[in-house]
Amino acid sequence: MGYTLKEMMAIAAAREIQNSDVVFCGTGISMLAAMAAKNINAPESTIFFETGAIDSKLEDLPLAVSDSRIMYQASSNGGLLDSFAFMQNRFTGKHVVGILGAAQIDIYGNLNSTVIGDYNAPDVRFSGSGGACDVASFVSKTIIFMKLEKRKFKLKLDYLTSPGYLDGPDGREKAGLPEGGPYRVITDMGVMGFDGDSKKMFLKGYYPGISSGKILENMEFNIDISRAEKMDAPTPGELTLLREKCDPQGLIL
Amino acid sequence: MDLKEAVRQYVKHGCHLSIGGFTINRNPMAAVYEIIRQKIKDIHLYAHSNGQGVDELVGAGCISCLEIAYGGSGKFASTCIRFKKAVQEKKIKIEDYSNYQMSLRFLAGSMGIAFLPTRSSLGSDIINRWGFSREFRQENPRLPDQKLIVMENPFENWCDTKKIVLVPAIIPDVTIIHVQKADVRGNCRIEGLTFADVEQAKAAKNLIVTCEEVVDENYLKSDPDRNQIPFLHASAVIHIPHGAYPCACYGYYDYDPIFLKDYAKAAGDDIQYHKYIQESILNNSTHDDFLDYIGKDRLKLIAADKDYGYAKNLVR
Repeated sequence: MGYTLKEMMAIAAAREIQNSDVVFCGTGISMLAAMAAKNINAPESTIFFETGAIDSKLEDLPLAVSDSRIMYQASSNGGLLDSFAFMQNRFTGKHVVGILGAAQIDIYGNLNSTVIGDYNAPDVRFSGSGGACDVASFVSKTIIFMKLEKRKFKLKLDYLTSPGYLDGPDGREKAGLPEGGPYRVITDMGVMGFDGDSKKMFLKGYYPGISSGKILENMEFNIDISRAEKMDAPTPGELTLLREKCDPQGLIL
Repeated sequence: MDLKEAVRQYVKHGCHLSIGGFTINRNPMAAVYEIIRQKIKDIHLYAHSNGQGVDELVGAGCISCLEIAYGGSGKFASTCIRFKKAVQEKKIKIEDYSNYQMSLRFLAGSMGIAFLPTRSSLGSDIINRWGFSREFRQENPRLPDQKLIVMENPFENWCDTKKIVLVPAIIPDVTIIHVQKADVRGNCRIEGLTFADVEQAKAAKNLIVTCEEVVDENYLKSDPDRNQIPFLHASAVIHIPHGAYPCACYGYYDYDPIFLKDYAKAAGDDIQYHKYIQESILNNSTHDDFLDYIGKDRLKLIAADKDYGYAKNLVR
């Protein structure tokens, strides 16, 4: 069964989610990945949104984290203060997996979603943190969606919006952040993890038809590729559920 | 008091304003359009992620300073287009915070306290880079001298916390929110997510409430657990059906995908955008006129299914 790279990315992210996870998601493909996990491999996982909805039924795909579709049959509808407190809380925050996206990422999984160029006179302005910096600061694991391009995988970020491991293994502790940090980077060519000791990004897997070398060509910094394995293509079962249950109108896919 | 009068009385040139809602839901759009019609300028706007409302106020040139967490309108504009342009062309001054920080800042304002602490943003450029310079802050008595302050936990290691970030309170001159139900005195019931509306409402010196329905006081009082804002905060209550249009209002109507797509197209081009402002906003003297201009058929398409709170079969 044929598939698109977007479908591969959504499935690759969904496969990382477990039943006990509470999944924080944003808009677009991150929302689709959370819905895919719930419909395919982690039916007991809980989706929640920074706007305050927890355990939304999601009968229809939301197009924004404020979409009324997330309010329908949620376990609880609150506000922003509720959702961020849930993540900052030492008991509940531990269970949260945050799904984020960004314009730039570095080898320690720090993210920029604010500007390209000088902050005070930017060449390109993006949306800004929203809840991303909060999520990256608080929760135990984040999964990051990135298109693999040299201008996005940067030696040095133009602006550090959301903290990953900052400058290395003790970066978060020195800064005063709770433990946690980036867990996976899902790109359109492969998936990266972070080394337990060095906290540096490494290539974990590459998609069918893509080589490790091609992945390196599209990054400004070098990463360890010695552990990389070829990943399984999405199964027909996964694809059918993704297309028919998660995004039947093709709004994201 | 009607909306024109409320805006005239409370939203002044150079005032500090906050608006409720989130990205494309429950922004007080009728009031936003009235501010644009009255050509109120030099506003200092506080926003967390109030996408569409922020973008239209920025686009119409009403804003000089913006403190914000996120300028986006969901799938319709991942970065708000006029906001992006205004920042790139340095037409507005901007200060970045996170969503939690902005929410805490409103909460601090609502509590009458100078700041609140969080662990968010330690090690990030939200701490290191300031949009408003120290000099600008010092010259402006309405702003705290510092964007935020990182300090050691004064309780030492209590709660395994070494450092905290203090974010300063926001006290707007006026907050405007759009709610589903209010009574004439200003008791409010928000249905669905409240976002940060309650804190924004309670932090402000004046509160303008626009609502889908003005209900009898006894109706709200018969179920007080569901009312978030007591009348004591409200300065004005105005009945504006479809007052959040083109944003959604849970239980009443969805966002209008046709409008938001057309808006994104127009926003990408200066000439088209000026035409949009003239034809959609300025040529219609009230929100009712604007809705007539949009047309009943369009409003029918986005009417919420009562069982869902949104338009189940809407083509998006």
